[in-house]
Amino acid sequence: MNNDIELTTKTEDRETYLFRLYVAGLTPRSVSAVRNIRTICSKYLEGRSQLEIIDIYQQPHLASEAKIMAIPTLVRISPLPERRFIGDLSITERILAGLDITKGV
Amino acid sequence: MTKPKKDVVVIPTIQTLQKCPTGIKGLDEITGGGLPQGRPTLICGGTGCGKTLLAMEFLVRGATEYNEPGVFMSFEEPSIDLVSNFASLGFDLNDLKDQRKLALDYVQIDREELVDAGEYDLEGLFIRINYAIDTIGAKRIVLDTIETLFSGFSNESILRAELKRLFHFLKTKGITAIITGEQGDKTLTRHGLEEYVADCVIFLSHKVSEQIATRRIRIVKYRGSVHGTNEYPFLIDEQGFSVMPISSIGLDHAASSERVSTGISRLDTMLGVKGYYRGSSILASGTAGTGKSSIAAHFVDAACRRGERCLYFAFEESRNQIIRNMRSIGINLEQWVNEGLLEFRNSRPSLYGLEMHLVTMHKAIEQFEPDIVIVDPISNLEAAASETEVKSMLSRLIDMLKMKGITAFCTDLTSVGGSLERTDAGISSLMDTWLLLQVIEGGGERNRGLYILKSRGMEHSNQVREFSLSSEGIMLQDVYIGPGGVLTGASKLAQEAREKAESLARSQNIEYKQREIDRKKIVIEAQIAALRAGFESDMEELELAVAIEKMHQKVLAEDSVAMGKARKSDDAQTEIDPTKTVSEVANDCKN
Repeated sequence: MNNDIELTTKTEDRETYLFRLYVAGLTPRSVSAVRNIRTICSKYLEGRSQLEIIDIYQQPHLASEAKIMAIPTLVRISPLPERRFIGDLSITERILAGLDITKGV
Repeated sequence: MTKPKKDVVVIPTIQTLQKCPTGIKGLDEITGGGLPQGRPTLICGGTGCGKTLLAMEFLVRGATEYNEPGVFMSFEEPSIDLVSNFASLGFDLNDLKDQRKLALDYVQIDREELVDAGEYDLEGLFIRINYAIDTIGAKRIVLDTIETLFSGFSNESILRAELKRLFHFLKTKGITAIITGEQGDKTLTRHGLEEYVADCVIFLSHKVSEQIATRRIRIVKYRGSVHGTNEYPFLIDEQGFSVMPISSIGLDHAASSERVSTGISRLDTMLGVKGYYRGSSILASGTAGTGKSSIAAHFVDAACRRGERCLYFAFEESRNQIIRNMRSIGINLEQWVNEGLLEFRNSRPSLYGLEMHLVTMHKAIEQFEPDIVIVDPISNLEAAASETEVKSMLSRLIDMLKMKGITAFCTDLTSVGGSLERTDAGISSLMDTWLLLQVIEGGGERNRGLYILKSRGMEHSNQVREFSLSSEGIMLQDVYIGPGGVLTGASKLAQEAREKAESLARSQNIEYKQREIDRKKIVIEAQIAALRAGFESDMEELELAVAIEKMHQKVLAEDSVAMGKARKSDDAQTEIDPTKTVSEVANDCKN
């Protein structure tokens, strides 16, 4: 598959993506954000992504530390540089553009 | 009634708005006790008008004076910058942080980093605020400046909905909040924050007029409370923020009947022997060089001798110049400065705006707590503002001084050619005692005249006194008042000499006249004597004649008797011939 070939040629890009998703309780918006990022990960970053979900209701001190304002916020911790996405992550194109992932099917 | 603590009879009506004292000098007075408790207040104004400072001081005062911890959510400056900025104002934010009385949170908004990928809300911010409040048990919060959110989040409709929710959240939290906002073009804030914060809006401005900048504060609205509506000047200095609510304090100050000496004994005499009333306002007006400052210096000197404290606002001369000049009339002001009884505050009127002068004076008076305040001269303040402004400022100053029972002595320079009884600032009605110093010109010299134009509530002299400055101070003398008008100085002396000469001449004249009378009397008496002598000689002559006639008659009678005898006639024919005259008869007798 084309996709496999491209991935194999860019071995150095094959590092693990670490995401942290900040949500506030189980609102419909957080649920859809979780679902959306999971879809993106499985579709474009299969096997090399890791997702941490943080409920700031449970750990409010983390909100300040991570400079969170909007909920949900997705932070790409690695690879650097850090990237931030806000919203329910329904606009996939913007996420992919922000993550420098070409859709290339 | 949520506060059942007070055992005052509670009238069962609407509960009045609870207020949260800011602890900021003056602000609590104009807001009638502070900001609305448990509600958000919007503070808006242009760049550099002091919003952040006011907000921070609100927290610091709350933490230190009212034991109310506060949260500062900064959207503009990192916490570390805030700490160093406020250190210069004497606020140790780190210390307060360590005492858990203050929490700083920097809400960084960087649009570049954020990718908008769907629907969101600002729950994260809410949680941060909530968390900060809860960790220190905050009663106060500042959001400075929440408007930067508009530059960070592109979806304005979400943002507006969230702001509404935020203010609601703050209200339900029962926390007193200050939200700052940058002034917009035609609106109070650039993004219309006033729509959300409906309880209290305070506007700060920093206006420059005639190159003089003045900071002002105004309460645009305060729902459910009376408040001062004016623009009040405020000051930012090393002690922070101070608002001076010095307008129309009212006329209910106590009036002292204690008297204070003017320092010039004859002037005391003119003012009903005892001098000015304590706590009254005194104006000395006059043209240049009439000795206004000297009278002020006498007053200061006398007060310091009594151990009173004097604050001298000089708008014309420097401290050292005044001290030197007054030494020339025998007043040593320096000793009082050294003893700490006298303090000079010198500033050029154009240094800052009139309001600012008032504010600094107000502050200086509060710090120094004087018994006597000298303003020398008030007319110079006009350089900084218009006449009406000067008048309003002075009335506020004098009201304030009267409230505090401080005696105010103002000098006023009247312009040459203008009416002397018109003070430039038109403030005569504010003054209790008005000394008018006048130059009396004549005889090739200028002399100073002093009189009391008015002095409320005491008997006072209505006479003009001449006053001269000597090395022993001010000497008051009577002036010459005669048909030629009021005379002073050399012409007074000349007039006095002239009068002396005139009176001498007059007394000489009297003597002369007296002698004349004597002389005339002698002459007349001599004449009388002469006449009498003449009369006496005439009388002798006539008496002689009468005697001769009588003799003739006798002789004739004897002769006729003899002839009759010779003619042998009888005795009866003895009659005299009637045709003969007396002289013939007499001649006959002689023969």
